[in-house]
Amino acid sequence: MSTLNLILIALRALQRNKLRAFLTMLGIIIGVAAVIAMVAIGEGSKESIQSQLSSMGSNMITVLPASNVAGGVRIGGASYQSLTLPDVLAIQRGAEHVSAVSPVSSTKGQAIFGALNWPTTLQGVAPSYFDIRKLTISDGIAFSDADVATAAKVCVLGQTVISNLFPSGESPVGKVIRLNSIPLQVIGTLAPKGQSSFGQDQDDIILTPYTTVQKRILATIYFQSIYASAVSETTSAQATDEIIDILRGTHRLRPADENDFQVRTMEELIKTLSSTSSLLTILLTAIAGISLVIGGIGIMNIMYVSVTERTREIGLRMSIGARELDILLQFLVEAIIISVTGGLIGVVLGITTAKVITLALGWPTVVSQSSIVLSFVVCAFTGVFFGYYPAQAASRLDPIEALRYE
Amino acid sequence: MSSSKILELQQIKREFVMGTETVRALKGVSFDVFSGEFVTIMGSSGSGKTTLLNILGCLDKPTGGDYLLDGVNVSKLSRNELARLRNHKIGFVFQSYNLLPRTSALENVELPLFYNPELTTRERRERAMGALASVKLVDREDHTPSQLSGGQQQRVAIARALVNQPVMILADEATGNLDTRTSYEIMALMQELNQQEGKTIIFVTHEPDIAAFSSRTVMLRDGKVVKDSKNENVRSAKEALAALPPADDY
Repeated sequence: MSTLNLILIALRALQRNKLRAFLTMLGIIIGVAAVIAMVAIGEGSKESIQSQLSSMGSNMITVLPASNVAGGVRIGGASYQSLTLPDVLAIQRGAEHVSAVSPVSSTKGQAIFGALNWPTTLQGVAPSYFDIRKLTISDGIAFSDADVATAAKVCVLGQTVISNLFPSGESPVGKVIRLNSIPLQVIGTLAPKGQSSFGQDQDDIILTPYTTVQKRILATIYFQSIYASAVSETTSAQATDEIIDILRGTHRLRPADENDFQVRTMEELIKTLSSTSSLLTILLTAIAGISLVIGGIGIMNIMYVSVTERTREIGLRMSIGARELDILLQFLVEAIIISVTGGLIGVVLGITTAKVITLALGWPTVVSQSSIVLSFVVCAFTGVFFGYYPAQAASRLDPIEALRYE
Repeated sequence: MSSSKILELQQIKREFVMGTETVRALKGVSFDVFSGEFVTIMGSSGSGKTTLLNILGCLDKPTGGDYLLDGVNVSKLSRNELARLRNHKIGFVFQSYNLLPRTSALENVELPLFYNPELTTRERRERAMGALASVKLVDREDHTPSQLSGGQQQRVAIARALVNQPVMILADEATGNLDTRTSYEIMALMQELNQQEGKTIIFVTHEPDIAAFSSRTVMLRDGKVVKDSKNENVRSAKEALAALPPADDY
């Protein structure tokens, strides 16, 4: 029998039993669509949880000066003055696993606006600091590299400072405040960030270019710390090593020398992050697995019933000259057509469902290619496999018995 | 030409093993059928006529003896070769029509041609239309079985049996599900095919009434031929039909 005839026979048989073909297909469609949609929701949640965790700065790396030793006595943490601008530039240039780096030069002072004043911290930073600490501007703009170059007298205020200096709710943008007798023009405000995990108010802050603090207030070339962010949580360790190497180079330390600085990462956050993401992966796999099994059972059921129901048809086909192979191939081609069509519809439906869920419920969804491929392949394979088994049974039927089957 | 041997049965035996018992359904059946004959095979249930029909139709193989169909010894063929033989040489007509549901008459008739790879789509269609024409159902080509009466369904089945231009038509109680009038109509059609187109017909039935329309009757009992007689006085189904009282419904 020619391939064309075979396909024609299978197509006609499907056409004759549209409802049954559709029901079989429905099993596959639902299986595939469920896997894609569930995995999309899962992946979406996973990504949003991960991004929330990393917004806590899980890829953040802090460089502090080491503690000083004076006459055998260790003097407090970070008492060295060892970090300078060339260090920052060297890290920026040389560290592959570092995406952003910013020096921090801070001082405390009394911020004054009109009749009101508030004691706060003035942090001199580079514009990249906003990225590293995941700070967002809620009003106005952040300062730029040009402001850093000119040591511009501009600043960005945290919400706690705003509520104390501008209690009436007016916008502080454009106003000029004073801090340690230096006038600073407010060009932006920070979105509230709340308390840090160790109970520090992260909104009680004024940000300004680090040059402004260094030149206009502290008159120093040293930084209290350097903040950097690794490209991702996973490369945090490599980034740390790179920073250590670079700083030992810029500080001209001999191999035997102790580091005159210390590098810290957000170890605990990273651990939480990786355990959360592996938990979510297991959850997703379980969901996908269950959906696939259910889809597969549906396919098997209907395929098997279909052959039993068509025993007489098989008997007739045999009596008019169909060979065993013809019967086998017919059922197989039917199964392939149903599985592949159902699979394709399922993919479309799954993607649509994910999009609709995002639009209607606002849940983040990520349609992953692997879930499309996996569900399609598994369902198509199940369809063909469970189509093949009854097809083989059908082809082995005795034509006489098949014709008499009631 | 007209008297060439189509079937040759020599001591056909068929035994079924049922557990420890052996059932001998056919105990050595021998007869020949010549081209153009209209043979009825008669016998009560258990006489072995269904078994014989299955063997004649190449659906089953004898356990003993030789069966030559159109010169080919069927007993020695594989299952695939048997399928080919069924496709090319035999046209089946069943008691329960066995038409594919939700399928037009034309497509039902076309069905055997799909298993014949030598034909093009157009040839297939033309042949199917030709077969429908010979059972006078051209105007019903796109009707599905549920839209046809029993007699019409059986005529579609006969067209399907004819479409591959087989050497013989094998009918298994083909009028068993039909009323007298429709039975006679079917028999008239069979006679016409036999007499005008020279088709060889083997008709299995247990109704003596039907056997009267054939030219020869083979009687089976307990797996043996007990009577094989020419029918000198073939009854015309057309005349029998005319003699029936007019349809009393409506």
